[in-house]
Amino acid sequence: MSQNMVSLKRTLKYFAVILLSVAPFLSKAEQAHDASAAAPTESEKISAHIDHHLQDDYYFTFFADEEADVKYGFSLPVILIDNGLKVFMASEFDYGKKTVEKDGQFYALSHGKIYKTDAAGTLSYDDHHHITNAKPLDFSITKNVVGLLLTAVILFVLFIGLAKTYKKGANNLPKGAGRALEPLVLFVRDEMAIPNIGLSKYKQFMPYLLSIFFLILVLNLIGLTPLGFNVTGNISVTLCLALFTFFIIQFKANKDYWKHIFWMPGVPVPMKIVLAPIEVLGMFTKPFSLMLRLFANITAGHSVVMGLIAIVYLFKTDLTVGGSVGVSMILTLFIMFIELLVAFLQAFIFTMMSSLFIGMAVQDHHDEDHH
Amino acid sequence: MEKLIEQFSYGLFFWQLIILLIVVVLLGKFAWKPIVNALEEREEGISSALAQAEKARLEMSRLVNENDQLLKDARAERDIILKEAKELKDKIVVEAKNQAQIEGAKLIELAKKEINDQKLKALAEVKGQVSTLSLEIARAVLTKEFENQGKQDELVADLLKDVKLN
Repeated sequence: MSQNMVSLKRTLKYFAVILLSVAPFLSKAEQAHDASAAAPTESEKISAHIDHHLQDDYYFTFFADEEADVKYGFSLPVILIDNGLKVFMASEFDYGKKTVEKDGQFYALSHGKIYKTDAAGTLSYDDHHHITNAKPLDFSITKNVVGLLLTAVILFVLFIGLAKTYKKGANNLPKGAGRALEPLVLFVRDEMAIPNIGLSKYKQFMPYLLSIFFLILVLNLIGLTPLGFNVTGNISVTLCLALFTFFIIQFKANKDYWKHIFWMPGVPVPMKIVLAPIEVLGMFTKPFSLMLRLFANITAGHSVVMGLIAIVYLFKTDLTVGGSVGVSMILTLFIMFIELLVAFLQAFIFTMMSSLFIGMAVQDHHDEDHH
Repeated sequence: MEKLIEQFSYGLFFWQLIILLIVVVLLGKFAWKPIVNALEEREEGISSALAQAEKARLEMSRLVNENDQLLKDARAERDIILKEAKELKDKIVVEAKNQAQIEGAKLIELAKKEINDQKLKALAEVKGQVSTLSLEIARAVLTKEFENQGKQDELVADLLKDVKLN
């Protein structure tokens, strides 16, 4: 066990070193590709760029030459459902400069969203400068979907490989990456599932808990790579994860759970009536907190890392190029380590909380006095 | 908050849902279940092996104890047997002695009796012989004595004298 932990630590160290050694360069490249408004200041450009990074995208951009306005990367397929299925490559938008016409319907790309428009590409705005044009149903393979698919592939490769090692018998110990993965699986089981759900019922929830733990973990980690994914920092993804937990709780909950919500035992009747709406609200706040916590932590991490990388641009006159790169590297290095911790921590917390909530819903309450 | 809602995208939500479902279902079937079962099996194997080792250890110590006990018992039994044998031997010796004494006494008795008989027989014979001899001597003497008549008369006179005295 301790040997496994050591090898896990070593693996992570190597991973972190590789990650950190290339991260500032590549993220720097990514940063340079939002040249929208006319002559914005450097810090405005940076903040727009960070915003842009945090958003989903129809392009996969690795490098950009801002002055020549050339971007190196590839566009991703757009899939719209709007009077039939419409599939085309996002490159047809030319980064929002062109409208795309499909079967007599025009589409425009603005700030990472596709809107229905007319032949001239007019977009109408409301008072808060929001686009009021209708949006088609958009099932595009965006950058985050690519990240999700990549993560799913990584998970399949890793864990089907790990499962194979046990085919020769349970005493066949895993080798290579499996040696790091097995302790993590045990960690999910022994630290989250069993203590929270209980020995008799934990097993049916293991596939879900292991799936979300490793999905979030790998998504968080590829979010730290210079590929520029920000999947778990997207509200759609965390909402989906939280809803999953929410529905599992509601469908698996036993009589005690509903009784505790609508008719709290052990308190006077007026209190029961007061408590019921609070408990009903609690049903929703639990997954809501899961959703927001993961989203906020990852978004904040990405913002801070990108902000620190931006030091290179903001202070290059004050600190010289070498100085600003040095300061940026040291601070980014520091934050990257923290982000690595956060990547694990958030995967842990999400899974932990999910198992805790599931445990609360499925556990048998033997004593009624503890309220 | 407004920004959050704006960021929300059905497409991404949809793909996340599909991928999560695929991951949970397929990995659940092909990875999580085998892994969790294998880990459990291994743990059970380890704990049962430990329990077995403990059982074997107990069995071993029990056997050792049993052996000691057996040895002790065997020793005690040997002592008892030896003691019994000794007692038996003594008894046999004593009995044999007694028997021999009785037998000896009997023989002595018989011998004594035989000797006595023989003695009596011999005495009787001697008596017979003596009386025969005496008679013969007496006859010879008498024959000699009575070669002359005077002597016969003298003797008869003597004998008659004696008869008178009797």
